Amino acid sequence: MAQGNEILRVDNLSVYYHTPEGPVKAVERVSFTLNEGERLGLVGESGSGKSTIALALMRMIRPPGRPESGQVILDGVDLLSLNEESMRKVRLAHLALVAQGAMNSLNPVKRIKEQFRYSLRDHGQEMKGAELEAFIAQLLQRVGLQPAVANMFPHELSGGMKQRVCIAIAISLNPQVIIADEPTSALDVVVQWQVIETLRKVQEELGAAVIQIGHDMGLMAQSVEKLGVMYAGKLIEIGPTEDVFKNPLHPYTQMLIESLPTLENRESLHGIPGLPPSLLNRDTNDCPFHPRCPHAMDRCKVQEPRMLEIQPGHMAACHLLDMPDNQAIAGDLQQSAAD
Amino acid sequence: MTTILEARDVTKIFGGGMFDKTQTIALERFSFSVDADRPTVTAIVGESGSGKTTIVRLLLGLTSPTEGQVLYQGRDLQQLNRSERKEFLSDVQAIFQDPFEVYNPFYKVDHVLESPIDNFKMAKSKEHRRQLIVDALEAVGLRPDETLGRYPHQLSGGQRQRIMVARALLLRPKVIIADEPVSMVDASLRATILESLLVLKRDFGISLIYITHDLTTAFHISSDIIVLYRGSVTEGGNAGLVVPKPEHPYTRLLVGSIPMADPDLPWLGERVLGTPAGGVAPTGTSFCRFYDRCPHAMQECVEAAPPLFHTSHGRATSCYLYRDAPALPPDGLIQVLSEVDSDQQLSQNGLHLDPSLVRSPSSPS
Repeated sequence: MAQGNEILRVDNLSVYYHTPEGPVKAVERVSFTLNEGERLGLVGESGSGKSTIALALMRMIRPPGRPESGQVILDGVDLLSLNEESMRKVRLAHLALVAQGAMNSLNPVKRIKEQFRYSLRDHGQEMKGAELEAFIAQLLQRVGLQPAVANMFPHELSGGMKQRVCIAIAISLNPQVIIADEPTSALDVVVQWQVIETLRKVQEELGAAVIQIGHDMGLMAQSVEKLGVMYAGKLIEIGPTEDVFKNPLHPYTQMLIESLPTLENRESLHGIPGLPPSLLNRDTNDCPFHPRCPHAMDRCKVQEPRMLEIQPGHMAACHLLDMPDNQAIAGDLQQSAAD
Repeated sequence: MTTILEARDVTKIFGGGMFDKTQTIALERFSFSVDADRPTVTAIVGESGSGKTTIVRLLLGLTSPTEGQVLYQGRDLQQLNRSERKEFLSDVQAIFQDPFEVYNPFYKVDHVLESPIDNFKMAKSKEHRRQLIVDALEAVGLRPDETLGRYPHQLSGGQRQRIMVARALLLRPKVIIADEPVSMVDASLRATILESLLVLKRDFGISLIYITHDLTTAFHISSDIIVLYRGSVTEGGNAGLVVPKPEHPYTRLLVGSIPMADPDLPWLGERVLGTPAGGVAPTGTSFCRFYDRCPHAMQECVEAAPPLFHTSHGRATSCYLYRDAPALPPDGLIQVLSEVDSDQQLSQNGLHLDPSLVRSPSSPS
């Protein structure tokens, strides 16, 4: 697929939720870039900050949450510095979100076409009558639905169809970036495939970039080109999907991949012992994974590892990689991952 | 051979009452049994609407079958007397999907572990009760000092679900029915919970009925697999046979739809099947439920539902493509599942999938 210039740059983004007990550091100094037409996956456990990133990119973080620092630059414009009215024009037209559980966000008492009309009107596209009908029909067609769906109510549609309606709404103004937050959770495997195929098809037609957020490593392996791994609010590894799976650099990524049940090795289950740290009042000057990491050193408890580029485009934040001969260590890690 | 729990040719129909004439067949002619002498892990796999939850409710006696019987030690579950019912409740335990909803937020987690002991008068003293709890927690890999004395909200979803496994274990049941026990738990903790379920079978000889939509985990922990589609069994048999080489077109679709955690394997989804044949429509109420999506649909698929065909040792498939194999009676699945020694099969690792389901473009194999 044609991949062009950088379309989105996230720089040092931190988002905290301020509670009476102190700040919950949901996203801590996350940086990544996205090229035109690229599909990026963000994977992590619940509470790792992936959905907060999606909301922060859309400027939809509500109090007590607040972006603390950093920049989100879409096509040269820093979104975090825009006023509310300009941001409203960016949403849907340049940056669209298919929110988590989007299919349940459809208004149950309005026909599908009304929901299209509202979202278009809210973003400055007033359409009526035949023009609107034709516009909706072609959008529905693009996500593989019959034009008749426009006259239906959400309860008449299956989960997969509702999710495709949400994708159709998201692409209605030809956005440059589509953020899909858990687009297929709660859908059956067969339907999951249909929804991801639909997303891929419309994204390729539009030339839009996609940020797909989820917890399913299998789904990521099959649907994104670049994969970022989140842990406890931090992006700990990012790289081409194939490299991340074949040569995971961070111990967490390695253990996560090993813990996946595959159809190849039965009855060998390797969970990751321990639990992710609490994000409340967390002192972020350490590696968040050190309490669960089999390779943890003293340094991991007191110093935050830097993001290091080990192979072109493949980066990870781990002290094991930050040693004089880091290539050798990376090789060791590869070896231990293969064992 | 003593059967603990048995579903004998069970059909469950919802609706069709005085006001609502439309009937929904949630489960059709389902047969299944759990043996006392031979602990097994049986996965019942299906998508939403396949009848999985109906099976759970029937086996737990929470709903009664429209036709057929559910039997506990040979007695109809709906007609147990008081003492038999109590025995049933301690012999058959359930673990549910949502580890957040099953707890009362006002009680410490100790409560869910203490009440079964008290109800069944299992402990002689408070110390004894405490010891039973500690043993059960340790068996599922939890540290008692990290879990006891806490409120549910202080524990993670994975810990809460493992406490549920410990609670089920406390009563030393003969059967545990686990309804989607890991679908709401994070990936890194999922493996730990599945491990603790396997421990129940290996160390305590407890049979497990694992209800799931996820063929991958089902393949991992179960000896037998039964695949359901819209209330009917499409295929059943030893997991090591069914998953790598699915026979029924629907099972092929399910296996092909799993997104493998390996970027080299293509994700074929519906492309595994091809275009539905079409051109046939059912006339009566008995027909193959998969006919409208099946590329092989024939006239006979819509005239009568296919019986289970005994396609090979240890497996059976309900599809006319296999009509050369001997047809089985509705409860034939029970016999088929006991044909293969499950433990022997489970030790086989590195089974290779049917190449038409996952073709690796980079390697010729």
